Amino acid sequence: MKTDDDTARRLYRLMVTTRALDAEATVMQRQGIIPGYAPLKGQEAAQIGSGAALDLARDFAFPTYREMGVAVAMGVDLIGYFASHHGSWHGGLYDPLASRFAPINAVVAGSVLHAMGWAKGEKLSHGTGVSLAYFGDGASSQGDVHEAMNFAGVDDLPVIFFCQNNGWAISLPTERQVAGGSVAARAAGYGLAAEVIDGNDVVEVFEATNRALQRARSGGGATVIEAMTYRVGPHSTSDDPGRYRSIGEEQSWALLDPIDRLAQQLRAAGADDAFFESARTDARETVETVRTGLVDMTDRPLTELFDFVFTNPTPRLLEQRDAYLSNAYLSNEYASEATHG
Amino acid sequence: MAETLSMQAAINTALDEILTADDRALVFGEDVGTLGGVFRVTDGLAAKHGSDRVFDTPLAESAIIGMSIGLAIHGFRPIPEIQFDGFAYPAMNQLITQLARMTYRSRGALPMPVTLRLPSFGGIRAPEHHGESLEAIFAHVPGLKVAVPSNPSDAYSLLKQCVADPDPVIFMEPKSRYWHKAEFGQPAEAAARIEAELPIGVSRVVRPGRHVTLVAWGAMVARCIQVAELAAEDGVDVEVLDLRWLKPLDVAGISASVGHTRRAVVVHEAPLSAGLGAEISALITENCFDSLRAPVQRVAGFDVAYPAGPLEDHYIPSVDRILAAVQRTLEYRRG
Ligand SMILES: Cc1ncc(C[n+]2csc(CCOP(=O)(O)OP(=O)(O)O)c2C)c(N)n1
Ligand SMILES: [Mg+2]
Repeated sequence: MKTDDDTARRLYRLMVTTRALDAEATVMQRQGIIPGYAPLKGQEAAQIGSGAALDLARDFAFPTYREMGVAVAMGVDLIGYFASHHGSWHGGLYDPLASRFAPINAVVAGSVLHAMGWAKGEKLSHGTGVSLAYFGDGASSQGDVHEAMNFAGVDDLPVIFFCQNNGWAISLPTERQVAGGSVAARAAGYGLAAEVIDGNDVVEVFEATNRALQRARSGGGATVIEAMTYRVGPHSTSDDPGRYRSIGEEQSWALLDPIDRLAQQLRAAGADDAFFESARTDARETVETVRTGLVDMTDRPLTELFDFVFTNPTPRLLEQRDAYLSNAYLSNEYASEATHG
Repeated sequence: MAETLSMQAAINTALDEILTADDRALVFGEDVGTLGGVFRVTDGLAAKHGSDRVFDTPLAESAIIGMSIGLAIHGFRPIPEIQFDGFAYPAMNQLITQLARMTYRSRGALPMPVTLRLPSFGGIRAPEHHGESLEAIFAHVPGLKVAVPSNPSDAYSLLKQCVADPDPVIFMEPKSRYWHKAEFGQPAEAAARIEAELPIGVSRVVRPGRHVTLVAWGAMVARCIQVAELAAEDGVDVEVLDLRWLKPLDVAGISASVGHTRRAVVVHEAPLSAGLGAEISALITENCFDSLRAPVQRVAGFDVAYPAGPLEDHYIPSVDRILAAVQRTLEYRRG
């Protein structure tokens, strides 16, 4: 492999942490610690390979609701990330500017145009940063994705359209979703570079993302990357995939597990038991930290219901806030918040 | 000596000064660059400020708004234009689920200082979808502000206030008033004066009166002044309140005016049902119930799609319809 051994080991560790955290998230949902979660099991390579390629000093990622692995790769505050699934705050509690990771976006394809606009800003600023838009096979049907690709093509914008084709959009398979053979095929219509890659090969994802970053940094414009992968788990913790796909299909993807594949390559390259054990230990530590953070997570202060609607709030909103917070039927805690906050 | 200027020229002047003063400000949209906009509002700006600051986009409204959000995250101060009111609909998803909520979603980390310029309202015999009044839709959305100028000086100073504000504002330009000239002081001085007198969310009494308040915005302000002049001939003293901001609404200004006239008629071009007239009427009831001498009247567009050609003269509140409503408030007797 072109990617050096240290990098491959780093990618492996990130994938193991992501897998462990993903499994734990479903457990936490079953235990009532978080109300819902969108598992990414099977997509670790696509997420880690792309997220780890970004340069946090100049690039910016725009996630959907299933990019926990990217958050791990980019070093986003994970308790803040899971705060969104915890139901504490839509979008998460991490700092999106400092993390270079936009707020979690629940509108399918909602943030793809933002990545394009950010890239326009980067080009106007004569920077070398690149934005990366995450979206799914289902999202590829949205007009916003096409508008974003066209704008990026017309202006040669430094943006990567990173499609994780995980085979399904809830219950709809890719062949019922995507006409024209592939999402990547659409790039030709907009004059963009495109690659269809094995999204379960983390090194291939990492290298393809780096190629696209290089192209964008050197003024070569946008790239569409379609990472072919598979959502091994349900769409979300309230989904029942048995209603639309077979166990056989799910099992056939187990053979292509991205973590097992890299583990074999690393062993062949000389990684020993101690390395794999330390990856597992690190993962367990992260899981424990996140779990503890979520168990201990308290509700947001009630004032925040009102606080962030505007930067410069309207008088009527402030009036609504003050009137509600001073209501006698609220607990004393909130009544005192109204007077102090 | 104050010169006279059209609203189109006043907005152009404001944009020019904004672009000069703030190098993070960007003006873009369909045909706003080389052509200078279909209403020539951005005329000459691309030539003067360059195609990095003032640029044409491909023809996709959702992308114009989505791009504005990305630019704002990058630290720019976008001033996009959507060519006509009715073509804001393709951008509604980005406006409502994204632009309006990004500040909230990011807990203030990603402010959205985006001012959307939207040529709006009817009265120019335009094709379908070129005469719509979307203010109630926008005002209903948490996170959006809405401003509507009725005259050149306000257009100039309101636009500057909107751009300076850290929140997304929909700036609705009454296109039937683009070419009406009015007195206009030295631009920068005029702005400073108006801003000092009228901060964000403050309305203006454009004609004082004692018997009834007409509440209006945009092109309806001039029409209400006409009504006031006609009513004066019959000894009825009409006050005209130009709201200027539809969000935030000037509750204090509305209450002060109606508190002393004790009668109110709300006039708007948008369809009657669930229009802002309902909101304003409710506010008046909440705040002025004891002083009211008559139920608040509404004169609005009908609950129909915006009509073609001469039918728009029947659709848009006419002087006669407004006068009749004024009369209803004066003749009202408690049952
Ligand atoms: C605009 C919009 N329509 C519908 C939904 C409901 N929804 C959430 S996820 C989803 C499927 C998305 O599939 P895909 O883009 O392939 O992403 P994946 O879930 O596979 O990661 C749907 C229909 C939504 N969130 N947003
Ligand atoms: Mg999918």
